[in-house]
Amino acid sequence: MKNIHKHFGGVIALRGVDFTVGDNEVIGLIGDNGAGKSTLQKVLSGLYPPTKGEIYIRGKKIHPRNYSVKKAHKLGIETVFQEKALGEKQALWRNVFLGRQPVGKLGFLDVDKAKSETDRIMKEFLGFTGAGISPESMVSTLSGGERQGVAIGRAMYFEADLIILDEPTNALSVKEIGKVLDFIREIKNRGKSCVYISHTIAHIYEVSDRFVILDKGRVVDRRDKGELSEEELIDELTHHAAQSESGVNE
Amino acid sequence: MNLLDKAKTYNMQLGLTFIALLILVLFMVTAPGTFLKPRIYISFLSTTPFIGIAGLGLTLVLVSGEIDLSFTAVMAFAGFVFAATMGFTGSIILGILAGLAAGSVVGMLNGLLVTLIGIPSIVVTLGMQFLIRGATNIIAAGRATTLTEIAGTPLYNLLVGEINGIIPAQAIWFLVLAIAIWLLLFRHRFGDHILFSGDNPETAKMMGVSVTKTKILVFVVFGLLGAFAGILDSFRLRTWWPTMGEGYLMTTMAAVFVGGTSMFGGEGTIYGTFLGAFLIGSLEAGIVAAGLSGFWTRFIYGILIIIAVTVHTLLRRRS
Repeated sequence: MKNIHKHFGGVIALRGVDFTVGDNEVIGLIGDNGAGKSTLQKVLSGLYPPTKGEIYIRGKKIHPRNYSVKKAHKLGIETVFQEKALGEKQALWRNVFLGRQPVGKLGFLDVDKAKSETDRIMKEFLGFTGAGISPESMVSTLSGGERQGVAIGRAMYFEADLIILDEPTNALSVKEIGKVLDFIREIKNRGKSCVYISHTIAHIYEVSDRFVILDKGRVVDRRDKGELSEEELIDELTHHAAQSESGVNE
Repeated sequence: MNLLDKAKTYNMQLGLTFIALLILVLFMVTAPGTFLKPRIYISFLSTTPFIGIAGLGLTLVLVSGEIDLSFTAVMAFAGFVFAATMGFTGSIILGILAGLAAGSVVGMLNGLLVTLIGIPSIVVTLGMQFLIRGATNIIAAGRATTLTEIAGTPLYNLLVGEINGIIPAQAIWFLVLAIAIWLLLFRHRFGDHILFSGDNPETAKMMGVSVTKTKILVFVVFGLLGAFAGILDSFRLRTWWPTMGEGYLMTTMAAVFVGGTSMFGGEGTIYGTFLGAFLIGSLEAGIVAAGLSGFWTRFIYGILIIIAVTVHTLLRRRS
């Protein structure tokens, strides 16, 4: 993505962001609240059209007006939102296939196929074995980490090349966070890419190859993991946050 | 299936079936003269399907996260359009088609106002209920239309005739529609979209489902079902009355909620609505036959609704 701008009325959320994701890499997108992370994520996933800027996917220019969630899915880009990923009152198999249901004649669902494929996703991609979870389990009976897993498994099953995760570890217990980080490693193991958006540096540092730091709608730094330690990354983020705070006061 | 899910799914349905049987036994004990003979059951089969068919549509709308209070007026409106078109063209089939079209147009209007303008459905459909009922009465000048000529026609027998001289055809229509709506909601792609639109519209949008289109279609389906119930009722009475459907709003809602469908969208039960319709539909006759005055009907409706909804809510929370 080149020179992405996004305005909401008079509010400017992104001011000229360049952002590239390579093959098989995990990018940590970091920034304080209000830095523009979630706006950038929504532009990436096709939810918001950018006000200005260019989008290239595998070298091919995509007109922003033709870019949508459906188009992103077709091009192999999937977003996992923590709160919005799954319908709580529905069975897992319905969640996995929502929008892409296996149907027979007249649009009737192939329920057996949806259930058996869901079972396969859970065992092969996510390592859920037994433990009281089945394709017919309601999402409301799953833990936060398991829910993230199902959403990530769904993205992997549909051959997403790039999976965007927005704050996937928010409000999770330590054990659950470990699971989610394992799921992210699994994305990389399978040769896919991931954009991991968060302001929890410790988790991002553990699994990312590269970091992109956003502040006030601009990219203020890009670093490879080898270049700096977790402490240095935190220092840098604190530094930018402090600067933007004093900027607000000016 | 996980044991907890199984318990949740079947507990509600078993519980409701148990309540229904209990009430039946209660009636049999208190009024054996009425409830041990088939006549009363045939009478239930004749009158309950109108609440029931409307209840099926209301269930879909509730699952999608909306509500529709306009269906009683839609029944009257569609019944009128049916009667008028038939009177005008002399064709029963054209009358039925025109009636169904009228219902679906009202449904679409409801859906458009709710989704595109963003007015809460309870307000839109409350307004629509007055508007449609009022318009129908203005056009009909408040007069009933007699339809005696339809008695005995093949379509009459098909819609409201008696099978083997015993079972009212409308009961079979209710059963067939209940199965069809179950298939639509739980085994069809459209039903999947209804479930998610009501459960979490953000999820639905993220997965490329058009919540707007889904909800508009749901209102159209309810418009069609309401219209069908109105036409069926006109057939049964062989008259179109301007007051048609007026008593059905509260009883239909009661049937659906007693059945176990949630107010909050994303979940619902067709089996529950089916049973709920018969429970609510039989209560009044049962209470009167048991020797209590008609005043008791509402009181007992109230008890039943509050107990049933409390039990459903507790069951849901526990899982």
